[in-house]
Amino acid sequence: MTGDTPKTPAPSVGADHPLERLRQFTEARIGLGRHGAGLPTAAHLDFAEAHAKARDAVHSEFQAGALAKTLEEAGFDTVAIESQASDRATYLRRPDLGRRLSEGSRQKLEATSGGPFDLVVVLADGLSATAVNAHGAAVATGLLAALPEGWTVAPVVIASGARVALSDPIGEALDAKIALILIGERPGLSAANSLGAYLTFRPGPGRSDADRNCVSNIRPGGLRPEIAGEKLAGLIVRAAELGLSGTRLKDDADDRIAADAASPQLPG
Amino acid sequence: MGPEQLKTLLAEASPARSGDFLAGVAAESQEARVRAQRRLAETGLAEILQTPLIDPETDEVQRLILDQHDEAAFRPIAGLSVGDFRDFLLSDEASPEAISALKWALTPEMVAAVSKICRNQDLIAIARKRPVVTKFRTTVGLPGRLAVRIQPNHPTDDAKGVAASILDGLAFGCGDAVIGINPATDSPSAMRRLLDLIEELRLRLDCPVQSCVLAHVTTAIDCMSRGAPVDLVFQSIAGSEKANASFGISLSMLKEAQDAAKSLKRGTIGEDVMYFETGQGAALSADAHFGIDQQTMEARAYAVARAFDPLLVNTVVGFIGPEYLYDGKEITRAGLEDHFCGKLLGVPMGVDVCYTNHAEADQDDMDNLLTLLAVAGVNFVMGVPGSDDVMLNYQSTSYHDAAYVRRALDLKPAPEFEAWLREAGVFDDAGFLLPESDRGDAGLIARSKLLESAQ
Repeated sequence: MTGDTPKTPAPSVGADHPLERLRQFTEARIGLGRHGAGLPTAAHLDFAEAHAKARDAVHSEFQAGALAKTLEEAGFDTVAIESQASDRATYLRRPDLGRRLSEGSRQKLEATSGGPFDLVVVLADGLSATAVNAHGAAVATGLLAALPEGWTVAPVVIASGARVALSDPIGEALDAKIALILIGERPGLSAANSLGAYLTFRPGPGRSDADRNCVSNIRPGGLRPEIAGEKLAGLIVRAAELGLSGTRLKDDADDRIAADAASPQLPG
Repeated sequence: MGPEQLKTLLAEASPARSGDFLAGVAAESQEARVRAQRRLAETGLAEILQTPLIDPETDEVQRLILDQHDEAAFRPIAGLSVGDFRDFLLSDEASPEAISALKWALTPEMVAAVSKICRNQDLIAIARKRPVVTKFRTTVGLPGRLAVRIQPNHPTDDAKGVAASILDGLAFGCGDAVIGINPATDSPSAMRRLLDLIEELRLRLDCPVQSCVLAHVTTAIDCMSRGAPVDLVFQSIAGSEKANASFGISLSMLKEAQDAAKSLKRGTIGEDVMYFETGQGAALSADAHFGIDQQTMEARAYAVARAFDPLLVNTVVGFIGPEYLYDGKEITRAGLEDHFCGKLLGVPMGVDVCYTNHAEADQDDMDNLLTLLAVAGVNFVMGVPGSDDVMLNYQSTSYHDAAYVRRALDLKPAPEFEAWLREAGVFDDAGFLLPESDRGDAGLIARSKLLESAQ
């Protein structure tokens, strides 16, 4: 016991806690300290802030118009479409509707001229519009600029109310050989602005997650948006060469990544 | 009544939740729901028994449910309707012994049916009367006690990071249910590394706990054949053969794992060696629900669980997302239902009180459900550092939460673990957490020799 001295709350979260030196080994919230059984005020509010950011990201507004403008200024055509999930509450409750195109959007895509295409890039809100609003355009333009010459690329599709598998009917309607969707990932407490990229060779009905390749955690502090485009372009070219996506492409890519890691000269 | 009619009746009588709307089986209006509840209340338990929901020819879980049924034990309640049965369970006549005696009389569909016409307070009051006690190195499920799983996950399975989270949990008096790690990599070598880590900590601290690495059952079987120190074998399970196949398992595989783990004889006071996880919506997400509502499917998973004498079973109630359980209200209801159904079927039920960031839920909802479940006598809950699982990216209950609820409701840890906590200077003689200034955690850290190796 500490005797008669009245205890004052800790000045900052878990300072001088015996576990403090172990915090370098994990991002887990260890050594927070306690008052009685309760969390110290600062730790409680830190958590509340992280959760609030994540919640705001889930319900943030998708700035489809601003994205289109940025891409068009960079010289890329765009087409805006929507899924059958008409509002956010429906989107969260009915993932099946987020995987289907609205009838108007299907017609719009089918009427797009210039196909068949080698590639369509889709920018989608997913579970964090915050993520795609912030760095969707940078990743998409980086990716498109890094493609080899001679590729026939569809207008960039800007998709509202989208799940990953919406890229299947989009790819099908445009007659695209490869669909690459950049979509806001489910926000975590450590990051609410992460983009995921999912690649599907020959998108269409019957495709499942096993047929896709995923590159996740695209954000400042994760896989940086300014270098993600080039990485994704490499993956897309590889899928086109092999004529497939999914587990077999992943194995191939992992080998290449392992080979890259052995080299001290990392790009960027 | 045919199976399709019974499925419809059970689904329409189910309190509203998004997963049943997603599956297209929910009642079309609130009034229709109550009409279905009235009809369900009038339906006989015997009629439910005689109406298997899935063809037993094609579903081994259905065959298991039928094989488990004990006709002699059922006789005293064979004439009751679902409504009569609810009244009985609430009555003083339904003592803990009387309810326990019905373990093999009851089928998952019967307990699911009665849960649908219970309010939350009924689910709590009845479950409270049905302790289920299991043993390995600790005794879990005794009335007046609440055990906690330490869940020290790390995105890369870093040994020191995992160990630091374990020590933090022990210093709060957690870990008496299990020290259970979800590995980032599901491989025998990764599992072995983590098992060796917990084993070493356990022996250094001389602490009565059991370990588990929550890899696939086949990974655990592989590890055991190579002599790894496996205490508990983990597996996710569900309520149909097809759903289990989507997890890559069958009943015979679970039996093989149970036999292998028992043969290691690592338990000191019991040989309950299995740890299962379940959750409403799992079968629907695998398109293996056969038109059955998600809560009835969940109860069927407990028939699988109880066939293998598990030490621990928990529903991961809010993990699956808002398309199955939309908000705090639906998660709360589902957590209480799952605990109730598990206990009536004799399953040692714990609950992962949890949510994801796209669900309409927050820490306040979790505080409420944790408190309700502790009143209902839940066997164990999770302890995640600061509620934030940095590997699985969801929020569960924390070490602090466990300490709060034990203190608020005078609940103690497992008796063997309580004695150890007292010796370790973490708990006082009355069985409660000492003030942090007493620095019981510093003693633990010194004994673990973790800081030395970290420098």
